[in-house]
Amino acid sequence: MAVTTSSPVDLSAALVLGPTAFADWLVILPVAWCFAIGALLIMLRRVIGLHPIIAVAGLAGLVLIDALLLGHVAAKGPMTMVMGRWLPPFGIAFTVDLTGALFALVAAIVALAGGIYSLADINDGGRRYGFYPFLMLLMAGVSGAFLTGDIFNLYVWFEVLLISSFGLLVLGSEPEQIDGTVKYGFLNLVATTLFLVATGYLYAVFGTLNMADIARKAEGLRGSAPLMTLTALYLLAFGMKAAAFPVNFWLPASYHTPRVVVSALFAGLLTKVGIYALIRVMVMLFPVEREELSFVIALAGALTMVVGVFGALAQTDFRRILGYLVVSGIGSMLAGIAVGGPGGIGGAIFYALHSMVVMTGLYFAAGIAARLGGDSSIATVSGLYRKNVGFAALTLMLCFAVSGLPPFSGFWPKVMLVKAALDIGAWWLAAALLLAGFCTVIATGRLFLLAYWRDEAGAAVETVRLPSAVLAPLAVLALLTLGIGLYPEPLLATIRSAAAGLAEPSAYLNSVFPAGGLQ
Amino acid sequence: MEAWFALLVGIFFAVAVYLMLSKFIIRVLLGVAVLGNAVNLLIFTGGRLTRDVPPVIAGGTDALDGPAANALPQALILTAIVISFSFFAFLLVLAWRAYEGLSTDNTDEMRVAEPVKEPMPPLGY
Repeated sequence: MAVTTSSPVDLSAALVLGPTAFADWLVILPVAWCFAIGALLIMLRRVIGLHPIIAVAGLAGLVLIDALLLGHVAAKGPMTMVMGRWLPPFGIAFTVDLTGALFALVAAIVALAGGIYSLADINDGGRRYGFYPFLMLLMAGVSGAFLTGDIFNLYVWFEVLLISSFGLLVLGSEPEQIDGTVKYGFLNLVATTLFLVATGYLYAVFGTLNMADIARKAEGLRGSAPLMTLTALYLLAFGMKAAAFPVNFWLPASYHTPRVVVSALFAGLLTKVGIYALIRVMVMLFPVEREELSFVIALAGALTMVVGVFGALAQTDFRRILGYLVVSGIGSMLAGIAVGGPGGIGGAIFYALHSMVVMTGLYFAAGIAARLGGDSSIATVSGLYRKNVGFAALTLMLCFAVSGLPPFSGFWPKVMLVKAALDIGAWWLAAALLLAGFCTVIATGRLFLLAYWRDEAGAAVETVRLPSAVLAPLAVLALLTLGIGLYPEPLLATIRSAAAGLAEPSAYLNSVFPAGGLQ
Repeated sequence: MEAWFALLVGIFFAVAVYLMLSKFIIRVLLGVAVLGNAVNLLIFTGGRLTRDVPPVIAGGTDALDGPAANALPQALILTAIVISFSFFAFLLVLAWRAYEGLSTDNTDEMRVAEPVKEPMPPLGY
């Protein structure tokens, strides 16, 4: 239809005409900051001596920014900033709610711990290869994925973090790493391509890519559009990213090959981005479809937990055990998503945050154990307890936390998930959660027994001093899980309101479309 | 026209899946390239297929006259092409390095990271 108007077009409905409020810049700052530091590091590629200092300072800054962001969101509710002045649904929106801010903050803390650990783990070769720029770009991708409010933009952030993770994974180019990267690279590329397929269909169905707009329009299209197909495609794509059961085998094939700090960061960050995206899409955009698919998700979750932990029991390499434990943890989060409701979703978010901290810490412990014992196989490493008691204690704390034993952070999400599963009568899911926890105790107990308590016959044991750059991040993460375990109330309250905000996203929608927006 | 495109996209997907099921990295890589193109065509079809109607708004009006192709999916495809091309380039080099370093491109024989026979841990304590 030709519409002719004599007056100039009224742009106020489609464009931001005033200047952006100062606080709104906080939404975009984590990403812009990481890119800026990453670019600075690339410019200084000949001055590799400065790299660690700049990167650690940059990551500390990122923690600060994300903490401010979380404080702001907790006080004022979700915030939105649009790119290029185009209002949603035309422009790309960055929208942050409590869930996104929590994930971003914990990711930044984990990355800072990794940055400090890398001071003693990444040698000059690794620095010259570009470890720190890749790390900053990885964090840009991770932060962008947690903060964006646009689904195609989410795909772009996934690719940003994926290409940086490739760079980190092959750092060193040993045959083992190339082997791991081949499997990681191809399977993750297939997963992101599936994500793109789903996004293409999504655009064809909705005509929009803004998450808030989709959440608003899903209700009206439920009868006519193939939303189940869409949701199932997203489930497969993000499940593959998160290493859920039938599509998880790339993770234990690759996570033990790179530098310790790289596997620690991967275990902490990458699979959780998949879980975050799954929570966002399943819970906020397609809640009805999630309900219908909940049996499939629950089954995948239960199998992921059990298969993961059985894999851990079968391994002898410290880091490969941990790779399977990462997979097993993903199963618990899937169980939470399947159960739904405040207990299920809150449990999944809590478990994801806990798992970011604990898995990173455990990989640090694996690295230190390999330093002390000279190998990473628990068949040969022994007597670590007598070599360094403090380190053994920190490892034991993390082993307790990952098994879900009190008083550590793994206990509370596990309680929430088991209770939520029992409340809806899914006793088999609760049983799988408890079985996985029990087998994790055995797997970590076996690890601790063989590598730490077993003494080498006739070998003189001297205590070994470790550099504080490797011990400090481990200690911080272990104390963080102890702190959360002992005093979970503030975090629990925040997670409750985050889960409530996902289930009832009116505040999120209002932040994107302040005056109802264009229909 | 959409039906023909849907068929074409389906054929592309079938070819991609067939190639990716191969053991040999170079065929998997070709499968990945075909898969990327299949997805691009899929998004392209999602933006309406029309001939000779560019989505250009004539002077003096502020809306399109009649249906035209949606330009946004084409912008999305452009992004996706850039990304998938860079990934393809990375994976091509990686496959080459893997072939050099592991002297095989058969994934069955790539067992450096996951050795076939690992020593058992001590069974007694």
